[in-house]
Amino acid sequence: MKIEAYLKREYIRNLVKAGERIDDRDFLEYRSLKIERGYTKVKSPGSAFVELGNTKVLVGISLDVGQPYPDEPNKGVMTTSAELRPLADPYFEAGPPDEHAIELARVVDRGIRESNAIDLEKLFIEEDKVWIVFIDIHVLNNDGNLIDASGIAAISALLDARMPKYEDGQIIRGEWSGKLPVKEVPIPCTTAKICDKLLVDPCLDEEYSMDAQITITTTDRINAIQKSGVGAFKPEEIDQCVDIAFENAKKIRKIVKSAED
Amino acid sequence: MKNKDEVQLIVDGRRLDGRRPDELRKITMKVGVLTRAAGSAYIEWGNNKILVGVQGPRALHPKYLRDPTKAVLRCIYNMAPFSVDERKKPGPDRRSMEISKVITEALSYVVLLEKFPNTGIDVFIEVLQADAGTRCAAITAASLALADAGIPMRDLVAACAAGKVQGQIVLDIMKEEDNYGEADLPVAIAPRKKEIVLMQMDGNLTREEFKKAYELAIKGALQIYEMQKKALLESMKVEIEE
Repeated sequence: MKIEAYLKREYIRNLVKAGERIDDRDFLEYRSLKIERGYTKVKSPGSAFVELGNTKVLVGISLDVGQPYPDEPNKGVMTTSAELRPLADPYFEAGPPDEHAIELARVVDRGIRESNAIDLEKLFIEEDKVWIVFIDIHVLNNDGNLIDASGIAAISALLDARMPKYEDGQIIRGEWSGKLPVKEVPIPCTTAKICDKLLVDPCLDEEYSMDAQITITTTDRINAIQKSGVGAFKPEEIDQCVDIAFENAKKIRKIVKSAED
Repeated sequence: MKNKDEVQLIVDGRRLDGRRPDELRKITMKVGVLTRAAGSAYIEWGNNKILVGVQGPRALHPKYLRDPTKAVLRCIYNMAPFSVDERKKPGPDRRSMEISKVITEALSYVVLLEKFPNTGIDVFIEVLQADAGTRCAAITAASLALADAGIPMRDLVAACAAGKVQGQIVLDIMKEEDNYGEADLPVAIAPRKKEIVLMQMDGNLTREEFKKAYELAIKGALQIYEMQKKALLESMKVEIEE
């Protein structure tokens, strides 16, 4: 058991019952969001370093040429992985991704994939040859809400990404020809439930104390949902969370689009 | 696989297997099917065949995982290599690890874990034949197996998915509809208070379509709940006759 979580739980829950949060935010207020595109631009085609409060996530994009999926021979391929690096949290362990890392990667992946954010049809090169887009999430400091921070960093890195030059069947590393085709900006919004109250962007202390959370990734539609945590939502709370997600995504999308390197 | 546009999934208001949009597949459940598990259940849901066995509450190993305030519930969702068209490599993969996690969390809500501090309750879910909707079938059967093990619970968990197929919201999507459809929304509820303990979604749904889909999924889950109660009562009946 996490002793910190055990000790802090009641304190945080009592605060929320009284209408307050440990960092003085309103229930529907995000922490400050900083996005730096092109953080590792000397090497990787696309990257973004995101700070959401004290949560720090770096996403890097790599591009390679490979085979398409047999059922979609005319489309490029995307794949998402996440690493919870042990420097980011005393509870993170070195080694292969655990269920938390896998869930994180899969939820971010679903938002990008299902919204068709990357125009995969434009990543077709020739028969049996397509571009493969690797999205690698590197969590560097965990102060909660890794899904939103990672989702924002992932789409920012994709918007930053350049296409490597490709000539005579060879990738020419370090030379570029145009941008990665991105046509949608999916934004995940996570709402936590603590003592029947709904709060966006839970920090780590709030994650320890929450009943459950739900992440809803939107464009002009809903593209992905993931409820996680032990605990339950009432049906009408889910409706509220959807409204909150659409509302917040609009604000965050503006910040994502306006971020430069 | 065929091109998405070439497949007609709904003709004259009927789906590929003749169902109406709001109709479930054929479902049977049986409780107490194994002798060496503390509790067990078997479910056939359309072409899905899933067996669940519960071990525990028992001493939890490794020790550092123990919680002195409550039991630790762990669900392991495992697909047999032959359960799908193309052989699945044995062992956990990313998809099954995610499903194990969300099912564990959903069931942890209903089990009275605080009754068994320092122990572990293991729920093993074996998917023997898979045909879309396995996580809903799995969690439905898992909650039956926990009840069969006599583990105190505040409620069962009943699950059902809704989806969007050719622009239409439908209940309990089957394999073809999952492959060629536009959205999949599995929902699990604790039925007594209609609380949502599992919800995932992928695809694209407007605000209105989402509301329609999840209300339909809840309706479906409530039907599942009735079947669960029957299956449990059925297992009790046998005991009394003996």
